[in-house]
Amino acid sequence: MLTYTLRRLLTAVPTLIFISFVIFLLLELAPGDPLADQPLTIPAEVRERMRTAMGLDAPAHVRYWKWLVQFVWIEPQVILDGWLGTGLAAGEERILSWQFRAPVFDIIWQRIPQTLNVVGIAYLVGVGIALPIGIVSAYRQYSWFDQIGTFVSMVGFSVPTFFTGVLFIVIFSVKLGWFPSIYDTTLRVTDWSSFLRQVSQMIMPVAVLALYNAAQISRFMRSSMLDNLNQDYVRTARAKGMAEGTVVLVHVLRNSLIPVVTVIALGVPTIFAGAIITEQVFKVNGLGQLLITAIQANDLPMVQTLAFVFAGLIITFNLVADVIYGILDPRIRYD
Amino acid sequence: MTELAPAPSAAVAARAPRSQWRDVWDQFRTHRGALFGLLVFGAIVLFTVIGPSLWTLDPKFIAIRARDLGMGADHPFGTDQLGRDIFARMMAGGRVSLAVGLTAMTLSICLGTLIGVVAGYFRRLEGPLMRLTDLFLALPLLPLLLVMVMLFRESLARRFGPETGIFLLIVVAIGITSWMQTARIVRGEVLALKEREFVLAARSIGTPPRRMILRHILPNVLSPILVSATLGIATAIITESALSFLGLGFPPDFPTWGRLLFDGVDYLQQDPERVIWPGVFISLTVLSVNFIGDGLRDALDPRIRGR
Repeated sequence: MLTYTLRRLLTAVPTLIFISFVIFLLLELAPGDPLADQPLTIPAEVRERMRTAMGLDAPAHVRYWKWLVQFVWIEPQVILDGWLGTGLAAGEERILSWQFRAPVFDIIWQRIPQTLNVVGIAYLVGVGIALPIGIVSAYRQYSWFDQIGTFVSMVGFSVPTFFTGVLFIVIFSVKLGWFPSIYDTTLRVTDWSSFLRQVSQMIMPVAVLALYNAAQISRFMRSSMLDNLNQDYVRTARAKGMAEGTVVLVHVLRNSLIPVVTVIALGVPTIFAGAIITEQVFKVNGLGQLLITAIQANDLPMVQTLAFVFAGLIITFNLVADVIYGILDPRIRYD
Repeated sequence: MTELAPAPSAAVAARAPRSQWRDVWDQFRTHRGALFGLLVFGAIVLFTVIGPSLWTLDPKFIAIRARDLGMGADHPFGTDQLGRDIFARMMAGGRVSLAVGLTAMTLSICLGTLIGVVAGYFRRLEGPLMRLTDLFLALPLLPLLLVMVMLFRESLARRFGPETGIFLLIVVAIGITSWMQTARIVRGEVLALKEREFVLAARSIGTPPRRMILRHILPNVLSPILVSATLGIATAIITESALSFLGLGFPPDFPTWGRLLFDGVDYLQQDPERVIWPGVFISLTVLSVNFIGDGLRDALDPRIRGR
């Protein structure tokens, strides 16, 4: 298992480097000029100096190498400095965002709490709803609960989040006026009333995303339970007189959770990247919204870094899912 | 022994000969959701294809005096802030959305099948092609799609005109970022098929690889391809509407359902119907396509069929 993990980690490195290169090339091929939105009155030599200051005059491979070094060598040092109070990266040049004129990672750290708050909680809620629904649906296959459950999950899976989000706003903010339609990030939770306001502004985005995640995961849970319910070991467990609850909730559930856990792990990167639309609908200024504004502002270092962070998350959680699968299921042997 | 032999063949002959697709259809009919999906999807296709010749209002005609009307006899879905008829715009938008969905799906299925078959059939290419697939699966797709659309929109619009350019861009972008699942499924099927006796027989009489793939392998992997094609339409439509919804899709005078929804969000307070109609149409299309895919999966699976 350990050698397998190590081997996967080692192959992940060239993959990540290749991905970063692809992203860089894509941005490089693009015809947009990062100085295009500057006023035309700027004299040519000043414009030239601005390009130099942004590092744009260097050839492409030099810029790529510089970005890579800053990402894998300097930024981790900055993080260490923050934790330990050392001065490893003092005076080193960090990845700078063109639109904010500030280090990219400082802005990312500012945005992560909003994303984790809304999208992370939505994922947890979604998983929490999906598992019981999937279990009951499978156990009572073709009952009315199962029929409704599968239909609702099909609907939740098919209706795009930008429509559910807008629909929720129409119903609960415009018509009923229960919840605010815009997520207020400046709200600080200091006392009970501000906590209530925080909860009320989180309900809608969390509900939208949780519905979508729950629809997907409950389908997996149901089919995985169905696969296991007809196995021989279930009959054996019943035959030796175990209580029905123990059979279903211990024997079957444990075995059917194995593939579901990997699906849940594979979904974690979407917490960060996939919620772009929901963040846009409810104006949550998290990572997804940061990416959209960076794309619109032609802020290439920010786009490059964010896209690479997302790719890194996907690869990490693919690895995590495979390792969990190997640990949970003794039939899987990677070596 | 010799006397027993004719008995089973007589029993087979007693039943009328049935084609495989007849069996598939019989199984498909038993899936209520799939039938309903087929009905709804057919109705939506008719609405967008035949609709404009029955409802002759021009979706781009601006009647500024008749702006922001609610639902009524003249304009069943009302009009927008420029007085354009939303019913006609829904038809025009549906055409584009469905066209994008179908073309992007075709592209991604062709790519996925090609890569899957080649990777499954030629052992030497399997490693590199599957690494490529894994690599694509590790890319953050929605962000990359956004970047691609944002960066190449201008230059393509200049070369092919604003409408064709953006159509090409979105179809190609969706197509080349959604072939991986198909490739994986097809490769798995091809790997299993390669070990079967009929492939061995075909190879032993000297069938060249090209004919081998076209005559023996491809027809046998058709069912998983069909299922993923159906589901591919749904994902392509959702992706296109998501791009349009983020303001990075089609230009405003070239409506798609996603774009109409995006435009409607600004008028959420005054008339929420403007958001609801496109949303309902997108959701119904995707839902019906997903149900069709579900039914097709059951119908094409010979282990389930006939039970």
